[in-house]
Amino acid sequence: MRNIWILFRREFGSYFATPLALVFIVIFLLVAGALTFGFGKFYESGQADLSAFFYWHPWLYLILMPALSMRLWAEERKSGTIELLLTLPITPWQAVIGKYLAAWAVAGLALALTFPIWITVNYLGDPDNGVILAGYVGSLLVAGGMLAIGACISAVTRNQVIAFIVSVVICFVFLLSGFGIVLDFLPGWLPQPIVDAVASLSLWTHALSISKGVIDVRDLLYFVSLAAAWLAANAIVLDMKKAD
Amino acid sequence: MIEISHLSKRYGALTAVDDISFNVQAGEVLGFLGPNGAGKSTTMKMITGFLAPTSGSVRVCGHDVESAPLAAKACMGYLPEGAPSYGEMSVRGFLEFIADIRGLSGERRRSRLDDVIARLGLKGVLEQMIETLSKGYKRRLGLAQALVHDPQVLILDEPTDGLDPNQKFEVRELISAMSKDKIIVISTHILEEVEAVCGRAIIIASGRILADDTPQTLARRASSGRLEDAFREITLGARPDVREAVNA
Repeated sequence: MRNIWILFRREFGSYFATPLALVFIVIFLLVAGALTFGFGKFYESGQADLSAFFYWHPWLYLILMPALSMRLWAEERKSGTIELLLTLPITPWQAVIGKYLAAWAVAGLALALTFPIWITVNYLGDPDNGVILAGYVGSLLVAGGMLAIGACISAVTRNQVIAFIVSVVICFVFLLSGFGIVLDFLPGWLPQPIVDAVASLSLWTHALSISKGVIDVRDLLYFVSLAAAWLAANAIVLDMKKAD
Repeated sequence: MIEISHLSKRYGALTAVDDISFNVQAGEVLGFLGPNGAGKSTTMKMITGFLAPTSGSVRVCGHDVESAPLAAKACMGYLPEGAPSYGEMSVRGFLEFIADIRGLSGERRRSRLDDVIARLGLKGVLEQMIETLSKGYKRRLGLAQALVHDPQVLILDEPTDGLDPNQKFEVRELISAMSKDKIIVISTHILEEVEAVCGRAIIIASGRILADDTPQTLARRASSGRLEDAFREITLGARPDVREAVNA
């Protein structure tokens, strides 16, 4: 635990040592605001809730989370510090988790800074704050799932641009795996249970059901296992591809 | 001590390190010599547990690097090739991070940090971002991070690369001063360095050990009595094609 904390602190600090975290947070707040008030018709809907706000988060994350995760391992590889890091007396797992949590914390911080919109709906009306809290939890979980995917992809390459693009594509597939745009790619002869299984992998569906205010154990389990699977893959990739 | 037995590393068809065995005792400074691509760095990466060997084993301070990596890594300090460090951190922040992850705390943490900062002359750049440092400072910082926990075993991959002559001299003095009770393995292609600091030299080429002796004895192998000529004869002798080309 101590080692994870030390690694987390270093990684979190290095997000803020460069303008990256700041740019990320500012862009997140601007775009989230624009989507909510522009496309989401936040005022026009006349309802005191944040569904118009949370609705756009998965789309926003599709671009922003890979931008946050792309450097996690690719940069270590490029600068050679991966050799330093992995010859310190730590396990690869501690490094994987420390880095992942640091990226997630930056995303969490950006999300937390949207609190003025929560104050606004409470000022304007009488919203169900339980549902809003669930919306925040769901949004944070989607971010966490995408960051786990991005962290793993970042370990595959030393090129951050490649890490970014591949992560966006994979996150897109996971986001929409319940929808026609992804399911149409599956060959028609696949048995229905497999198609259903692919459809049930959709980040979107699970996030939507949480944001309705019900935190179901199955949805939580989905996010935990999604992140765990990608982080396990991250550790394996790291071990296999240390040299290049 | 370091015990290396039948160590090999293959990448597909390429054999980078080919069945090498040797031991290093406390108090020894071993110079690892060889042409570029000879397998020096690969061997060091396997000793420090960064790369897993294809076959063979490495034991450091009695710990097998593959089966007890944390114990083995804890007793080693390592300067990787090119002295990589986190550019966006300050010198102080980086050294403190290393001290923390090495498990130092309290008074010992402070005294060890003060010691390496003083020894490597980093006092003036403590608050500077690492990416703004000159090559010489970066190398010294790399050495400092390897020394923070006062390790039993030091593995230094080209420790004086990029330093000016005065800095080279200082680093050699530093290595000599530490050598009494430690095991130090340095790789280099600067032969005068080997004569200056190493009590023993291993010459490797194409992944094999070609010679293992004191630098003085090795130098006597050449008719001129110079280590430089001995190195050339030994390493080129391993590759008949090159030898013919040189002689022609």
